[in-house]
Amino acid sequence: MELLRTPPPIRRLPLPDPEPATEVMAPAGAGFSAARRSIGAPQFSIRRMEVDGVSISYGGKRAVRDVSLPIRQGEVLALIGPSGCGKTTLLRSLNRLTELTATARLEGSIRLDDVDVTLIEPTLLRRRVTMVFQQPNPFPMSVFDNVAYVLREQGSRRARRRTLEPAVHSALQRAGLFDEVKDNLRHPALKLSGGQQQRLCIARALAAEPEVLLLDEPCSALDPQSTQVIEDLIVKLRDDVAVVIVTHNLQQAYRIADHVAFMYLGDLVEYGGATALFGSPREQRTREYVSGAFG
Amino acid sequence: MEASISTAVAAGHSGAAAPPPPGKHGAAVEGSATWRLGDRIGLAICWGLGLLFCAIAVAVALYLFVQGITYLKPAMLTTPAASGFSQSESGGFSDALIGTLMVATLGIVLALPVGIAIAVWLVEYGRPAALARVAESTIEAIAGIPSIVLALFGTVIFSSSALAFLSRSNEGVVFGKSFFAAGAMLSLVALPLIVASVREGLNSIPRHVREASYAVGKTKAATTRRILLPACRPQVATGAVLGLGRIIGDTAIIVVLLGATQNFGPVEGAPFPLDYLRGVGTTLTNFVYEASPTGNLNQPQKAYAAAFVLLIMILILNAIVDLIHRRSRKVGTWSS
Repeated sequence: MELLRTPPPIRRLPLPDPEPATEVMAPAGAGFSAARRSIGAPQFSIRRMEVDGVSISYGGKRAVRDVSLPIRQGEVLALIGPSGCGKTTLLRSLNRLTELTATARLEGSIRLDDVDVTLIEPTLLRRRVTMVFQQPNPFPMSVFDNVAYVLREQGSRRARRRTLEPAVHSALQRAGLFDEVKDNLRHPALKLSGGQQQRLCIARALAAEPEVLLLDEPCSALDPQSTQVIEDLIVKLRDDVAVVIVTHNLQQAYRIADHVAFMYLGDLVEYGGATALFGSPREQRTREYVSGAFG
Repeated sequence: MEASISTAVAAGHSGAAAPPPPGKHGAAVEGSATWRLGDRIGLAICWGLGLLFCAIAVAVALYLFVQGITYLKPAMLTTPAASGFSQSESGGFSDALIGTLMVATLGIVLALPVGIAIAVWLVEYGRPAALARVAESTIEAIAGIPSIVLALFGTVIFSSSALAFLSRSNEGVVFGKSFFAAGAMLSLVALPLIVASVREGLNSIPRHVREASYAVGKTKAATTRRILLPACRPQVATGAVLGLGRIIGDTAIIVVLLGATQNFGPVEGAPFPLDYLRGVGTTLTNFVYEASPTGNLNQPQKAYAAAFVLLIMILILNAIVDLIHRRSRKVGTWSS
């Protein structure tokens, strides 16, 4: 019964009724030869997070200015924009990782299932909104323990292997890694290949059963083949969790995202359906960025 | 010295399998024929000095090996020192050998947890910043204080009546010399090395690894305990082994705080391990000093034999550091 106590109890609000998919179909984007990986519009989407008038500054320097966005389960939201435009800062504020920087100040509100995130205890929030980083960073322990670490109580080593096994296996399966590592669960995770390490990090993030999954340029350190595997995975995951991905790679955003938010110098310039934003951007700056004029 | 040489050798071996990092091995030497004369002379001096230091190390080791093997008899390791006029009557140095092991154990048992705690606090918390800076420079200061000064300070502390239970006391007068006293002060000698090594280990862990742990809802304490400290186990071990080397090699604190008698002087009436720990004794370094021509015993053959044993211990410690580092490379690390 240890396992039942292990993850802190998460009280979920009754979900709102699914909204109709908001994808606006537009002619395929000019200059985008890549095929969309998420075929067709998502089946349904449920609003999980609400970013409302958020501004973030580091010691007086504005990084994000007055951004409002919905984050929905059932779709992938991509944040794009040139370096230093505040997209990673915005992503990190969603699970309050920005608070690790002493000088960071946040205005506006971010709500998770209609509860302001500042009212949720950070460790609990970060189990509901988990994150995968740019560099694959498995912990220096076995593949199994990497996932089990998330399931165990703070700092505890209790909860036996046998009790945790089903949850660990299912997380690895959801991350599409189980078949590759099922015989090597005791091997050190840092000996996996880069792509496998990153999928292990995704499995770790999924093991907490989050409502929102944040991905901070998860493929930028990987080869094209691993990137493809992870992109497929992300598209598959969107039905169970709301996915927010920061990416530098416009092709990637186009391939996997349902909605795209283009940020420039801290401002949210344009938010819209992926095909619409890439195919017929409303704003001049978006058009220039998407066509490769700056960045 | 030894450790760094063997590390270089190990790196050379692994370089055969994978191409060595540019500029680290080989590449720098290749083109020296085309260099300016001044550069070539500089390179030659570097080479020469490197070889000179190797030669000095080898000479010391070789000399002690030859002397040690000639004079060391297994019986010396098992017989305590005795008073006698000739070297054949004066026994061995088993008490000193055991004494060395005792202060080493005591010192490291005290220094390791404290050192790790300080390093964790400095790297992971470090707040308030002013206090962290003070702590940092204090530790550097301790590293710079000669151990004889620490020893002198120790006599003041351990002679106080509040600490009478750590040594022998006679009618209210606290002797202040014991394995406890020496071990405690020697832990201060080892502390800066442990702190430095563990700090280096913690600092080498990329920030995103910590954040990955926070990002699945773990607290700082849980992250430190389950991720960071296990990740810098090699550095903890290195610090401990380097600290042990310092403790084993120290003489001043032994002379002042351990009594530097020839044999153990357990406190009568105390239960078993405590009677020895509260009593006086000696270590190998002190034995070497006493047995050398400048010491009171003047039995140079035994001094060589004891020095040889000491050298073997230090070499073993160096080999352990080397082994730890080679092991840690096998586990893999993060790209940064």
